Amino acid sequence: MPTLSLMPPEFSVLRDENKCIKCLACARQCGFDAQKYDAEDDRLYTIDANCVNCQRCVSICPVGALTIYKNPPPMRPNAYWSEGHLRNIIKQAETGGVLLTGMGNDQPFPSYFDRLLLNASQVTNPSIDPLREPMELRTYLGSRTEPVTLQEGQDEKTRTPLVPLETPIMFSAMSYGSISHEAFESLARAAKEFGTMFNTGEGGLPEDLYQYADHAVVQVASGRFGVHTGYLNAGRIIEIKIGQGAKPGIGGHLPGEKINAAVSATRMIPEGTDALSPAPHHDIYSIEDLKQLVFTLKEATRYQKPVSVKVSAVHNVAAIASGIARAGADIITVDGFRGGTGAAPTMIRDHVGIPIELAIAAVDQRLREEGIRNQVSLVAAGGFRSSADVVKAIALGADAVYIGTAALIALGCHLCQKCYTGKCSWGIATQDPYKTRRLNPEIGAERLYNLLRGWSHEIKEMLGGMGINSIESLRGNRLHLRGVGLNEVELKLLGVKHAGEAI
Amino acid sequence: MEVVNARGLSYQALNETVRSLLDNGHRELVLKGVNGQRYIGAGVQGQGRLEIFGVPGNNLAALMDGLEIEVFGNVQDGVGNTMNDGTVIIHGHATDIAGYSMRGGRIFIRGNVGYRVGIHMKAFRNKNPLIVIGGKAGDFFGEYMAGGTLVLLGLDLQPGEAIVGNFVATGMHGGEIFIRGQVDPYRLGKEVKAIKPTAADQQRLQDIVGDFARYFDLEAEKILARPFIKLIPYNKRPYGTMYAY
Repeated sequence: MPTLSLMPPEFSVLRDENKCIKCLACARQCGFDAQKYDAEDDRLYTIDANCVNCQRCVSICPVGALTIYKNPPPMRPNAYWSEGHLRNIIKQAETGGVLLTGMGNDQPFPSYFDRLLLNASQVTNPSIDPLREPMELRTYLGSRTEPVTLQEGQDEKTRTPLVPLETPIMFSAMSYGSISHEAFESLARAAKEFGTMFNTGEGGLPEDLYQYADHAVVQVASGRFGVHTGYLNAGRIIEIKIGQGAKPGIGGHLPGEKINAAVSATRMIPEGTDALSPAPHHDIYSIEDLKQLVFTLKEATRYQKPVSVKVSAVHNVAAIASGIARAGADIITVDGFRGGTGAAPTMIRDHVGIPIELAIAAVDQRLREEGIRNQVSLVAAGGFRSSADVVKAIALGADAVYIGTAALIALGCHLCQKCYTGKCSWGIATQDPYKTRRLNPEIGAERLYNLLRGWSHEIKEMLGGMGINSIESLRGNRLHLRGVGLNEVELKLLGVKHAGEAI
Repeated sequence: MEVVNARGLSYQALNETVRSLLDNGHRELVLKGVNGQRYIGAGVQGQGRLEIFGVPGNNLAALMDGLEIEVFGNVQDGVGNTMNDGTVIIHGHATDIAGYSMRGGRIFIRGNVGYRVGIHMKAFRNKNPLIVIGGKAGDFFGEYMAGGTLVLLGLDLQPGEAIVGNFVATGMHGGEIFIRGQVDPYRLGKEVKAIKPTAADQQRLQDIVGDFARYFDLEAEKILARPFIKLIPYNKRPYGTMYAY
């Protein structure tokens, strides 16, 4: 910075000199140049202004000598002008740029998951113990057949095959380029081992990972990076990405410095050039146009791949979803406003979109009312923090969910929200080989597998408690939900009764 | 040579017929009476040649990987959408987004084209996609272009008629555009500059225009007699300084 910054450091790093053994691990591992070693003076010191509180140094310090503190706000407390507002204004006054951030919306908007409670059986019907009785979590994604009628000539539609998931949880779209090869491979391996799917995001599928393609949702976004027939035919599901919960309505700019040789080979673009994803697909300006891309992809893969269309949860999402179903998609993926990202303008991430809970309820309701719910599976994404969130989403009407942030936390992410810098100390959101090798894909896959295993078992316990032995029986079963502290409009939109109301 | 009568066939039936004929070793197909059927040649890999009589529908040759298609008529939107390899020769006009995100192969269009032609074209390794347009082009020509070559010839223009619309090559960050004659500077996107083609460019243009003239039975020398301008991006990171890090 040429001039003195008015921005006081957000964090302070405290080193307990009595404990420190000068192993220098902190200085070596800090991705943000906050930990330094002065060899001449044999002294470790910190540059607090660079610290992003990613906790890497704290986690690897063998003697527990490090603590990171949040500094007090840079001015006297003010309920209206928050610390965040001040920091943003100072940063923009000093750079003149658009504010960037990573991961999901961190603002204190209400969470409907936290205001919904689940039911359980007592006396009148027996609960089920999943440890000793069969409990079915298998979920099929895709378009179901029409109800059988006596009329001739029904159901002549060429159907794409259904895709089975052993648990209704998949790994969200995270592109190679935005995350490291090691992180990408961890997701792919875990998806295959558990019998679920990972999503390539819009950056193509690295050649050495085609062995996992049978568990891949391969994405086609507006930039069409890495999209060719081999890629489409290798994947199990093809997903047209229209929008992303963290940045509805805008495109993406993967900066040239992240396009190294391997990323360039997978995206099929030259090294060092910006990878620009236009905001819209310029071949899709309407539902009719969307139908055209859906069927281009189906024709190109001879109707062997279900096609998903992913949109952000926005105000009119139910009508949009109806259009998507009518455009011939087999799966609708809706990404809520808590959804994560490798990079998004802060204002967009924090102020655009709607909560996923309301979007699921609205979309499921609309598709049922129109009699087309069977034509599509509904996949929800955007901020699933626990198996309870998953169960509530399915009870609201989702078929399955995507987890992104939770998966990255399992891999080591500490939510410092600096993914867009490419400096990730945990080897996840970076292409720097010195950092990416900190993440061993074998161990990463095991941690992800463990997470799915734990959540899946918890889901079985919750289902058993309700007296249900199949996830199918929970889908859209809103009688198993009750709201707490919700007003009438919210209860109506969610289609649930208030806690205390009987059936 | 196998003749397929497309009249009355749905796109699904027509495309399935075409693909199974190609699968069974037929290398030359003639499609007659084509009338708006979409996705012809979509995702088809391998060698072969299709002759199309009539007007094929949208997304002709989308995701195509190797065929040669010659159309004796006009084509609609999205010809060569995300095409990987092959050749498309069109003896008529094409409408919007021809060559969207095209990565390889060549498209030759005798007539005019619509909006956003060549949008987000890319080049990769030995792939360098090419679109040659005989007539004029609409707005946003070469928008977001990341690689490859666009050649706009402006044949048969009326006096005072513009060869290209507005916002030419906005967001362009790779590749090159050759336009025969002059373009008013106000029509150019702010990310590109117009320069004089080099001697090597002239040599390439001779080859490209030579092919174009051969396909459409024109005289290459006459076309090349008028000088070209070349548009290139100022840099390959147009939005590199937009953000506050």
